[in-house]
Amino acid sequence: MSALQDKYKELIDTVNASGVTGAQINETDGVLHITGTAPSADVKNKLWDIYGKIDPNFLTGDVVMNVNVATAVAGAKVKVVTDSTNLNIRKGPGTDQPIVGKAAHGEVITLVGKANDQWWLVRTNDGEEGYSYSQYLTPVE
Amino acid sequence: MLLKKMLPAFIMATALAVSLPSCKSKPSDADIQTKVQTAIAATPGVSADVKDGVVTLSGLVSSDAEKTAVETAVNNLKESGVKSVVDNIEVEAAPAPAAVAPAADALSQGVADATKDFPGITATVADGVITVTGEIEKSKVQTLKASLDALNPKKTDMSQVKVK
Repeated sequence: MSALQDKYKELIDTVNASGVTGAQINETDGVLHITGTAPSADVKNKLWDIYGKIDPNFLTGDVVMNVNVATAVAGAKVKVVTDSTNLNIRKGPGTDQPIVGKAAHGEVITLVGKANDQWWLVRTNDGEEGYSYSQYLTPVE
Repeated sequence: MLLKKMLPAFIMATALAVSLPSCKSKPSDADIQTKVQTAIAATPGVSADVKDGVVTLSGLVSSDAEKTAVETAVNNLKESGVKSVVDNIEVEAAPAPAAVAPAADALSQGVADATKDFPGITATVADGVITVTGEIEKSKVQTLKASLDALNPKKTDMSQVKVK
């Protein structure tokens, strides 16, 4: 086991023990790449908590972690997890696209589909539909 | 008898006599080329090939109007021996909008989207590595890091970031 894998042993062990599907842990050019799909948002959050504990504020840059959540599928309810502000809903997938609506912080809306990992098509309870940035959306279990 | 023997030769000679003048009056490809060259001279970037009277135009022009003008000019040379024109001239695509032009690869675009909500943060991309500088509140660090890592970079270097 490399020094890097030793440093992040708790994180790797948790990935392997938490039912993360398609988990891949590769070390390339001194960076540990962790990808996979967590069974729930809780598991994903737990992995980020452990990562942040080992490397406070993620400043070292020796890990790239990209973990999706299995329950984030079309038709699922997702919660707006912005810091405090409203979430922009845009006409297309990109910040250069016009804003067609807003979802309030904490609001639960519907995931309609995914343009890609970053941009999800959502619909508010008022029927507003458009693309929002996925990092501010978490599936409601 | 003699006449019968001579007949094929006679026919051949007649055929030759008939065909020769017509051959002579037909402009050579080289002659046509000269005429065509004059016609297309006004449009730089276009070249012409002549084979058996068929003119093939090729090259690059900046508008459809130019392409049509050149083709028409050459078509008007029918009397100089041009049988037909094959127009392979390409029209230059309109220049891409300035915003898209400077190497806006997917990762750079993704980084721009991901950092938009972090006003104190600047991120650059080089060789698949994201380098982040600036200041950020502690409560937002994880969202920033997760957003950038989700773009599958080779590395997300935040070592120069100051966490408030």
